[in-house]
Amino acid sequence: MMAHVLTFLSGLLFALGLGVSQMTQPQKITNFLNFTGDWDPSLLLVMVGATGIYFVTHQLILRRPVPMMGKRFQLPTRREIDRPLVMGSALFGIGWGMVGFCPGPALASIVTGNESVLIFVLAMGVGMYAFEVLDVRFSMEPDGGAGLLPLQPKGKS
Amino acid sequence: MENFTPVSSLIGGITIGLAASLMLFLNGRICGISGIFGGLLHFKKGETLWRFSFVAGLLCGGVLLLLYHPRSMVINIPYSGPTVMLAGLLVGIGTRMGSGCTSGHGICGVSRLAPRSLVATVTFLASGAMAAIAVNQFWGGQA
Repeated sequence: MMAHVLTFLSGLLFALGLGVSQMTQPQKITNFLNFTGDWDPSLLLVMVGATGIYFVTHQLILRRPVPMMGKRFQLPTRREIDRPLVMGSALFGIGWGMVGFCPGPALASIVTGNESVLIFVLAMGVGMYAFEVLDVRFSMEPDGGAGLLPLQPKGKS
Repeated sequence: MENFTPVSSLIGGITIGLAASLMLFLNGRICGISGIFGGLLHFKKGETLWRFSFVAGLLCGGVLLLLYHPRSMVINIPYSGPTVMLAGLLVGIGTRMGSGCTSGHGICGVSRLAPRSLVATVTFLASGAMAAIAVNQFWGGQA
């Protein structure tokens, strides 16, 4: 129970950080990505703040043998740069740059009831689900779906 | 650069970094929103409740922002429904195919200097910039 309350607080804190830095506002994102216009470098400082903290804390935390809850740390171990990684990231970036939403801010701003946010989150869920279904199907084919994309067995980060 | 908000961005960024640290400390996991949310779309024992708790926290954080920092929750998206839908689909498919988004790759992975995350982050920043510029140039930001 305690674990879930604290995990809840982690989500709460994450949303507050997005709000304080106004990353919940899509135009803050598009004004950063579109550097040809009236450039707003705010997103860069959000990244500096977040990565700066996590760079230090993750090293301290990983000195512990196990996390507070759970039996072990479950960090991504894959190192290969493959086609799904690059192609997926490129597709994600296009969607992100089009309207200025990525998953965190979109989820946190569902509560505004804004119609565009609801459409976005719904479509995002459909996209995720569709990919999972196709991914499983292709990776079960004899060639691992190699005809379409070299999809690998599951290894999520 | 009249919209640049360095102080609040840095404070917000640090808060996000602390939230991600809390996730690692508690559950021993990367705080990747697309992965946490994506994992909720199909039930798996022991994998659903913590994800649900995190997303519930994210939503409640949104409510707190609406109440106490409403300026941050004024969402203005000047795009048509189909455009928003296409963007959502691309973000959904792309984050699952690429195993992460701005949080998992961009914050956690980059901090860990993980090569996959560095490549992913450079890739989505580049394609994101191209998309944002294209929408602005060709459709005047009104696609």
